[in-house]
Amino acid sequence: MDIANLLSFGLNTLLPILAGVLLISIPLMISVAYLTLAERKVIAAMQLRKGPNIVGPFGLFQPFADAIKMITKETIVPSGANRLLFMLAPMMTFILAMVAWAVIPVGLDFNGNPLVLADINLGILYLFAVSSLGVYGIIVAGWASNSTYAFLGALRSAAQMVSYEVSIGFIIVTVVLLNGSMNLTDIVNAQKDYWNALLLFPMFILFFISALAETNRSPFDLPEGESEIVAGYFVEYSSMSFGLFFLGEYANMILMSAMTVLLFLGGWLPPLDIAAFHAIPALIWFLFKVAMVLFCFLWVRATMPRYRYDQLMRLGWKVFLPLSLAMVVLTAAYVVYGR
Amino acid sequence: MVEFLFYIFAGLMVLSAIVVVTARNPVHSVLWLIVAFLNASGVFMLAGAEFLALILAIVYVGAVAVLFLFVVMMLDVDFEQLRGNFKKNLPAGVALGILLMVELVMLSLSWRVVPAVTTASSSDTGVTNTEALGRVLYTDYIVAFQGAGLVLLVAMIGAIVLTLRKRDGVRKQNIGVQVGRKISETLEIRSVKSGEGIS
Repeated sequence: MDIANLLSFGLNTLLPILAGVLLISIPLMISVAYLTLAERKVIAAMQLRKGPNIVGPFGLFQPFADAIKMITKETIVPSGANRLLFMLAPMMTFILAMVAWAVIPVGLDFNGNPLVLADINLGILYLFAVSSLGVYGIIVAGWASNSTYAFLGALRSAAQMVSYEVSIGFIIVTVVLLNGSMNLTDIVNAQKDYWNALLLFPMFILFFISALAETNRSPFDLPEGESEIVAGYFVEYSSMSFGLFFLGEYANMILMSAMTVLLFLGGWLPPLDIAAFHAIPALIWFLFKVAMVLFCFLWVRATMPRYRYDQLMRLGWKVFLPLSLAMVVLTAAYVVYGR
Repeated sequence: MVEFLFYIFAGLMVLSAIVVVTARNPVHSVLWLIVAFLNASGVFMLAGAEFLALILAIVYVGAVAVLFLFVVMMLDVDFEQLRGNFKKNLPAGVALGILLMVELVMLSLSWRVVPAVTTASSSDTGVTNTEALGRVLYTDYIVAFQGAGLVLLVAMIGAIVLTLRKRDGVRKQNIGVQVGRKISETLEIRSVKSGEGIS
């Protein structure tokens, strides 16, 4: 390969990909920053408080103040910790939360093609694979910290995430069976008449609850469990290494909301097939739906008490798994005989 | 480009597999095993078997290795003591290694690939990878496939039987009973006169 070839390869192939990556990751980072503010504001409103309102108008600059505070603090590595793994764990969490966005179609461009970095055949499988890797950031963090509390938190979360992944997997199988494709764009297009949330209604609720467990959000935030194991797996982390866990958790929340929207709420499709709704761009619909699901995440956090550990396991294995398994059989029967 | 990537994935896979068996810390071993799995997934991807690649990542990296890690982290294995037996077990290990090596060599010498297979690729037929795999599994190899499922079921039941034990004196939560309770069964409102209390 000579220089000219290399240059054209770079310009034609790498540059659009790089631009796409930046176009996804920068808005995502801003969304994460404002999701933290939204969480504090929503919970404050539900508890009749004001929430952050000092930094900037309505507290809008609070996320930046938090970020600056986080960056300027000292990074502490506990003695006896495994240095390399200790620093690697938050990076893994954060990178995996970002990498998954490569296959999420966020809307349509002007020609009606999906707006997505990589429109691969097995998009949903890729998402599932990446989200199942997310547990490593937590378990490695807990082990590398050389601390009992962190280790307990890591073990809890490993068990929790593996349990709920099983039912998430079966729920995804029902969606794939019904829509006949693993490509996320096809799944959305197959929901043109009826959203999957209507056809697979119980699965929609199950998926949302499993998403709460998968992202370690309340009421399933046992890995953190402030009242019993201080802060779980990231108790030893400070400064930006803690910040990366924080960013990763919120990016994962947005990711799971986007997955819920794509799989069950018709992605970027408007709720009714009328012209007035089609006038609103697809991207806006998608973002609106994601914001709605995210609001539910925050709403649940403000209203639900934390589950006990054995209740959490019981719910995952004895309730969700049989239900989703039964639904797989039902959906398969419907696809074969019902149409 | 594909060849270059293959050598990167394959080289990293072999290297990390070597580290798996030589690492002193068992947790490091498992982590390197995960790296090896991921590289194997990359090799599958290059071969055009993207379904297998992702399933490998989901099943082995996402579930099996997590449980490995889970167990290994909890175990308190004294590796110096294990190493003490190294010399004693060396002959058996060497014999097993040679046996496996001979098997591998024999297999690679006698392995014949049908010419049609070497030139076929999934993109020729217009059938996606997943669909092709499903067609083969549920038609030609249905007996072997269901047999494998049966073996897994037996293994699962075996694991449950081995670990299930009945303990006395354990208070278990019965959610049905809790939810089915009525206010009249649990609450009683009495008006208490001042200074008398409830008998």
